[in-house]
Amino acid sequence: MSEVFGITIQGLLGQLLVGLINGSFYAILSLGLAIIFGLMNIINFAHGAQYMMGAFLAWIGMTYLGVNYWWALLLSPLGAGAVGILIERGMLRRLYKLDHLYGLLLTFGLALIIEGLFRYKFGISGESYPVPDLLTGGKNLGFMFFPIYRAWVVVASLVLCFVTWYVIERTKLGSYLRAGTENPQLLQAFGINVPLMITLTYGYGVALAAFAGVLAAPIFNVNPVMGSNLIIVVFAVVVVGGMGSVMGSIVTGIGLGLIEGIVKSGMIANGLGYLFDSVPVANSLVYPVKLLFSPEASAVTIFVIMAVVLLVRPAGLFGRER
Amino acid sequence: MLLKRGNAIAWGVLVAAGMGAPFLVYPVFAMKILCFALFACAFNLLIGYTGLLSFGHAAFLGSAGYITGYTVKDLGFPPELGILAGAATAAALGYVIGSLAIRRSGIYFAMITLALAQMIYFVALQMPFTGGEDGLQGVPRGMLFASVDLRDPLAMYYLVFAIFLFGFWVVYRTINSPFGQVLKAIRENEPRAISLGYDVDKYKLAAFVISAALSGLAGATKSLVFQLASLTDAHWHMSGEVVLMTLLGGMGTVFGPIIGAALVVSLQNYGADIGEWVTVITGAIFVVCVLLFRRGIVGELTALLQKVTSNAEAPRP
Amino acid sequence: MSKKLLGALVCFAMIACLVSAAPAATKVSDGVVKIGVLTDMSGTYSDLAGPGSLLAVQMAVEDFIKKEKPDFKIQVISADHQNKGDIAANKAREWIDTEKVDMIVDLVTTSTALAVMKVAKEKDRITLVSGAASTPITNEQCTDTNIHWTYDTYALAAGTGTAVVKQGGKTWFFLTVDYAFGKALEKDTTDAVLANGGKVLGRVLHPFPAQDFSSFLLQAQSSGAQVIGLANAGNDTINSIKQAGEFGITPKQKLAGLLMFISDVHSLGLKATQGMYLTTGFYWDLNNETRAWSKRFFEKKKRMPTMVQAGDYSAVYHYLKAVKAAGTDDTKTVMAKMKATPVNDFFAKNGKIRDDGRMVHDMYLAEVKKPEESKYPWDYYHIRQVIPGDQAFMPLSQSKCPLVKK
Repeated sequence: MSEVFGITIQGLLGQLLVGLINGSFYAILSLGLAIIFGLMNIINFAHGAQYMMGAFLAWIGMTYLGVNYWWALLLSPLGAGAVGILIERGMLRRLYKLDHLYGLLLTFGLALIIEGLFRYKFGISGESYPVPDLLTGGKNLGFMFFPIYRAWVVVASLVLCFVTWYVIERTKLGSYLRAGTENPQLLQAFGINVPLMITLTYGYGVALAAFAGVLAAPIFNVNPVMGSNLIIVVFAVVVVGGMGSVMGSIVTGIGLGLIEGIVKSGMIANGLGYLFDSVPVANSLVYPVKLLFSPEASAVTIFVIMAVVLLVRPAGLFGRER
Repeated sequence: MLLKRGNAIAWGVLVAAGMGAPFLVYPVFAMKILCFALFACAFNLLIGYTGLLSFGHAAFLGSAGYITGYTVKDLGFPPELGILAGAATAAALGYVIGSLAIRRSGIYFAMITLALAQMIYFVALQMPFTGGEDGLQGVPRGMLFASVDLRDPLAMYYLVFAIFLFGFWVVYRTINSPFGQVLKAIRENEPRAISLGYDVDKYKLAAFVISAALSGLAGATKSLVFQLASLTDAHWHMSGEVVLMTLLGGMGTVFGPIIGAALVVSLQNYGADIGEWVTVITGAIFVVCVLLFRRGIVGELTALLQKVTSNAEAPRP
Repeated sequence: MSKKLLGALVCFAMIACLVSAAPAATKVSDGVVKIGVLTDMSGTYSDLAGPGSLLAVQMAVEDFIKKEKPDFKIQVISADHQNKGDIAANKAREWIDTEKVDMIVDLVTTSTALAVMKVAKEKDRITLVSGAASTPITNEQCTDTNIHWTYDTYALAAGTGTAVVKQGGKTWFFLTVDYAFGKALEKDTTDAVLANGGKVLGRVLHPFPAQDFSSFLLQAQSSGAQVIGLANAGNDTINSIKQAGEFGITPKQKLAGLLMFISDVHSLGLKATQGMYLTTGFYWDLNNETRAWSKRFFEKKKRMPTMVQAGDYSAVYHYLKAVKAAGTDDTKTVMAKMKATPVNDFFAKNGKIRDDGRMVHDMYLAEVKKPEESKYPWDYYHIRQVIPGDQAFMPLSQSKCPLVKK
């Protein structure tokens, strides 16, 4: 078995593939956030809770209404999107004239409310959701056994991301959205119903989060805190990608998943060790860097990247300075 | 005139309540409120008076708590030196984080503070001396100035109150000084302040470091009160909580954060039996404040008072 | 606000502080024995402890009152420590200071147990740990006001670790939860594996709690070890086992659930867990006595009790017996009485409490039945071996507890 810095190629490929799965989640979730921020200048802190809601709606549908996975993929986002529209109409609308800060605080509060309600009803341990029959089992790829369901997750996410990107960047509807980002008043003057567009955009962003939730349900336990830890990572992804950039969040999301995979495999830490451990002064200087890229640090990777990117290119990798 | 009188009354109430509190409520509970009130006041210096929203203030609360805990427990420092060590660490951390974050503004500033705070959280999780998930337990309270046994709840309480008064006074003096005026100018209209010749970045950094140091002071004191330092204090949820306390009490008001902290801590304490509803209520408070009471309790009260008195004083032309 | 006035105020507060320092006095309430059940009510460990533990304690109190007719009142209160050491410590402190709690029981999750043990020692109250596992509780961190009742990582490691190695599982890789308990379990199992001629190929730490184990399991898989030791518990164990199945790790590599409860087996089902070895301090279907008690528990909870919950009952009953016999709830006296009396109930026969706080009793090595072997609900285990108490737990001579007279 050939090894690079203590990791077999097999092992690395395995981690990369797992990283790709995580990256797909990051991509869909950050896509929703980016769209909402791009058009509405609102930082939707409730995104994680809405993702969780999507998973729970699927579980509730299955347990009490006999709705199967495939229908849940459609109905759960619709349901969550409807809730999103109500939120926008009822509350967010009043904050547009104010500092972005208030939108963030409002959605932060909403996230607490949603999470608290679900925790009250369902406890923290969560419920299990079965993998749909069509997608059980896996394929032996030689270097690892790849569950079919996880392959489906990657495919579904990428397709949805691509479709969304295409609509926004290449269609007339998308051009209205982009125009609305730059100059809503002018767009309104052209006769486009901008408030309606904004409402539907928020709804769509929420629906994307819920879709990711349904995808996640069979893999992760459906529990009320599943969105809570994911949300700040997703924020970081959006910021790094460029706050309003659709392509930026997709690329960064997947990229982060892959980078996390490499970090988790231990290759970077081992590589740094191999290069510097025997060099007298450098090895202690490199130690904190090594620590930051050790497998346990995979949770911090995105924040390190974010800090660096923000200092060097504040608008993000693909963003435009507003 | 009214404002000056109102201020004096508020100071009086604060001191009286503080002196009498340990006899009316569980002293540890009162100490918790004081520590968080100091934390919120420190945070308010940044958001309310300089207009900078930091999402990573938990880093200062948490790191100071760990350093104080470690120096007192493992290095045998007396409590006063331990607290100083904690606050100084937070100040130094504030200088580093502040210097990096100040370069950007608005939401990007907030995001950089969040990113750096997450790195601090990670360090707290991994460093052996912090005990990771278990936390740094069994921090002795020690003898203050080698003569006061801090295991006595009353003695500990009055020390905490003294520290709180000191920190609050620092914030108060900062706000009401020429330095504070420049901060307010930066909050209101930064380009204008720059055009008037002020080195805005230096002012912002100074405010950030003061805020970090006082947050650290709160965290350091807290670890002696509870005799334990844990990851909860460095977690980003804590950063969100201090925002809530300040928002609820009134951003940019002097006494608001104290009220906000008292209310939030009380809610968590007495709400422990209702369990998850505490989270829901906390969220609901956020939502209601943002939609209807943006000036916070103290802000709204002050505005109401002003309206009432101005209606009484000046006849409409 | 004049500087002078402020300065005077600060000085006054400081003087008040100096003057009010007085020696702390502890009073233990007589007439009412108040028991605090501090556990995880809604999180990762809520099924193996949680509300079930509270029920077990309440049953113990009810049975005690009915049978022994004591002349003192008994009260039970409970709280959720959310598996966090700081919440547990603060709650314990508040209970002792303001609610006159005399004894705290359950304390699942090692960090909460250690934190509360320290608070209780400082304030002279008894802690009975049934939920937490790590050996430091009766070693480096032992206190003379604590008893570790039900099980510990040494007993689990000695039982399961030895059995699996003897079965042929010689090379191990550990998936360890990143806090004191996980590391203690890993260390004790490593010792058992090495002592029996096995080898440890590596380990990976996972955060507590975790949901997605795919990258960790992948590392375990690439190590090629025959056995993957799961040094975690509760939902973490359940998810590890589930995902190991998803990624095709089993049956090629064997999973050793180093700490598994009947609640976990119930959650996962026999199909996923059949053939797994585990060490337990209690099994509901062991004999008539255990069956009788467990059926009472089942009536109220609709679930069979885990060893933690059974241990809670046993500990509280023994405590109350000692209080009655000693005629007081003073900590030192009651502790001495508890240590002087053997534990004899459905949970333990001739259980003995040692100087390090360890309650020594028989442990059981169980193998999970195949689905077709299970004849009725909760019929999950073959009891393969009874491990006598003095072999199951770490010998007193090896203990690092400073209270042990050498």
